[in-house]
Amino acid sequence: MSIEDLTPRETDGTPRESAGMIHPEVRAPGDESERHQDGGRLQHAEAASKPIAAPKTREQQPRGAKIRGNRPIDQGEAAERFLAAPLHQAAHDERLWDLRKKRDVSAHGIPEWEELREIASNIKAHTLSRLDTYLEQFEAAAKANGVHVHWASDGADHNRIVLEILRSHGAKTLVKSKSMLTEECGFRHHMAASGIEIIETDLGERIQQLDNEEPSHIVAPAVHKTRMDVAEVFARTLGTDPENDDAHYLAESQRETTRPYILNADAGMTGCNFAIAETGTVVTCTNEGNADLSGNVPPLQIHSIGIEKVIPRIEDLGVFIRLLSRSALGSPITQYTSHFRGPRPGTEMHYVLVDNGRSERLGMEEFWTSLKCIRCGACMNTCPVYRRSGGLSYGATYAGPIGLIIDPTFNKRKYSTLPFSSTMNGSCTNVCPVKINIHEQIFAWRKVLAEEHQIPLLKQGMMKAAGAVLSRPAAYRAAIGTADSALRALPRFAVYNPLNTWGKKREMPEAPKQSFHAWYKQNRMAGASKKDVASKKDVS
Amino acid sequence: MRIGLFVPCYVDAFEPEVGIATLELLERLGLEVEYPFDQTCCGQPMTNTGCHAEAAATEALFVKNFAKFDYVVAPSGSCVHQVREHLTAIPQTEEVVGVRRKTFELVEFLHDVLKIEEFPWASFPHKVAYHANCNALRGIHHARPSEINLPYYSKPLDLLAKVKGIEVVKLTRPDECCGFGGTFSVFEPAVSAKMGYDKVTDQARAGAAYVVSADSSCLMHQKGCAERLGVPLKYIHIAQVLNGAAA
Repeated sequence: MSIEDLTPRETDGTPRESAGMIHPEVRAPGDESERHQDGGRLQHAEAASKPIAAPKTREQQPRGAKIRGNRPIDQGEAAERFLAAPLHQAAHDERLWDLRKKRDVSAHGIPEWEELREIASNIKAHTLSRLDTYLEQFEAAAKANGVHVHWASDGADHNRIVLEILRSHGAKTLVKSKSMLTEECGFRHHMAASGIEIIETDLGERIQQLDNEEPSHIVAPAVHKTRMDVAEVFARTLGTDPENDDAHYLAESQRETTRPYILNADAGMTGCNFAIAETGTVVTCTNEGNADLSGNVPPLQIHSIGIEKVIPRIEDLGVFIRLLSRSALGSPITQYTSHFRGPRPGTEMHYVLVDNGRSERLGMEEFWTSLKCIRCGACMNTCPVYRRSGGLSYGATYAGPIGLIIDPTFNKRKYSTLPFSSTMNGSCTNVCPVKINIHEQIFAWRKVLAEEHQIPLLKQGMMKAAGAVLSRPAAYRAAIGTADSALRALPRFAVYNPLNTWGKKREMPEAPKQSFHAWYKQNRMAGASKKDVASKKDVS
Repeated sequence: MRIGLFVPCYVDAFEPEVGIATLELLERLGLEVEYPFDQTCCGQPMTNTGCHAEAAATEALFVKNFAKFDYVVAPSGSCVHQVREHLTAIPQTEEVVGVRRKTFELVEFLHDVLKIEEFPWASFPHKVAYHANCNALRGIHHARPSEINLPYYSKPLDLLAKVKGIEVVKLTRPDECCGFGGTFSVFEPAVSAKMGYDKVTDQARAGAAYVVSADSSCLMHQKGCAERLGVPLKYIHIAQVLNGAAA
């Protein structure tokens, strides 16, 4: 990857051919950012996204981790395939790093930012410590507002409840906005098998639905795809021009094909960003307004709510709203912050409160604070491993740092490898708006997994051998002090690896003439004077 | 004041000059420094892999070697972070807790404990990029990380500012992890190396001739990446620069 490949496309000022473009007047060639009336670039949300240079040559989109039943996910293998598609990898890295930078600008513009994080973290800790009380308060308030409230113990329960609601109304089509909870539940696949047509209304999620792929990012589900990938998917599924990868054309095409579904759907569904106990309100935050369309247009509306989404009071909401979009995209607020409180006249409104492992997680001493997560994706944007691997490499509903600590609670064996896909650099913890100690939980998960023998025998064997050598000075000296082969050039834990994974992509360190230990013995032990040492000070 | 010098295993094996520079620097500052001869490692390779039981004997040896000192000093933020935060595989006796509390990384020892104001012997007239090891940065708080909205500070850059002629260049991603990550570097080699390549590229684009860090492990990884890419950067530990290395 050269420097030039990472440089945004140059604008030459001349208009591109407008044939086939739906709104040629709104965009200048090479600059897809939205503008103020005075012509300045808008500095919010996706509107400020920098266009990424379109690849000159087509590069096939790398696909995600191979799923083999319950077998541990090989994230490294999938990441290697992602890295083998350098145009995708570079665009992915740059796009997400851009969000991280915008997040920094946003966060550093608020003097009380760190205090806000602390308050948000405390509100969540308080609520989670009295979760039963607040959930019952939420349920009572919702019922008083005329909402039907259902409780689902797991994903299957959620799907069954929703299906019953739909069938009792004879509903065959459902439009929905993006929801990680419904991804957890495998909702779309289950409904398809039950003869219900589901239409995702979030642009990114719709792309992923049409491509029959899971979302790769909490906030930006198709961020691993280039515009050319999207053009290919839309051409195949919506009949658009396969050669036109203009972002406006693609977004408009999706909108025009999705709107009829919204107008005609029998039912609508949204997820939930915040559930307010005192008012029984569900709050969603979107940039496309599609939660409003999904919730407010069809005559039957369903909101799926993870039980950890509850917060006590409407005044607490302000703290989270200030943090959410700034952490996610670097914008002060999402374009739409929608409050759903009760059914419109002549319609029905349902809440499905879903546990799906959350109660169990709440009882895990080292991991319960992961329930504070408000799904902003900031930890993914900042994670250097995630940016170079793609979200699909994790083979789980939740990718990136937050995924590493949540996924094993769903399936300890299948996701046993994920906590190792991290350098534990700690940046995730620092950007987390609710101060989850993500990298410390990654560390803690490794211990749990090793103790329960959920790490490869080879790895554990290597560590046992390393521990045996490193705890015996004589054995240690023998290992590093006398060997004269190329193997000497690596720490024991590395050379034990039969594949020499260090040397494949990196040069080996040179073996010095003598170890520090040998130098010390020669220069500082009996017989060696300090004067001798001073004269040897040319080593560096 | 009795100082115990801890020379991490990879410094011992691959970068002995870093250990020598640390020893000499502390001696120049008038300290009595002792190197316990039976030392090996802090136990980090095992605990980072989740294998705490496998680290217990190594941790016990560390404590045995260093219990008698007033301070333990090591030229590695990563190893000091391990000792301070994660040396927990053995019972936390008063002796163990004491060793963990008095173990310092070289930069913070110079900056916070000794409060050194000048290094008159040090001159390094080169453009350097500073590499912040993640454990040093976010684990033992060498500097204000870029994510946090608190007043800026940087202990290593404070110290480097006292070196004659040095010029610190600005990286586009100043505290992005370089991908070493201990055992991550061998268990996830593709991502690790790519992170290293990106780091090295950032350093080269910024116009650095040298990369200075308080951790030899990151440097070893970056050096390997730079050599593979053919980028002519040189890597040197901050102990060497502060000890007056000519380059």
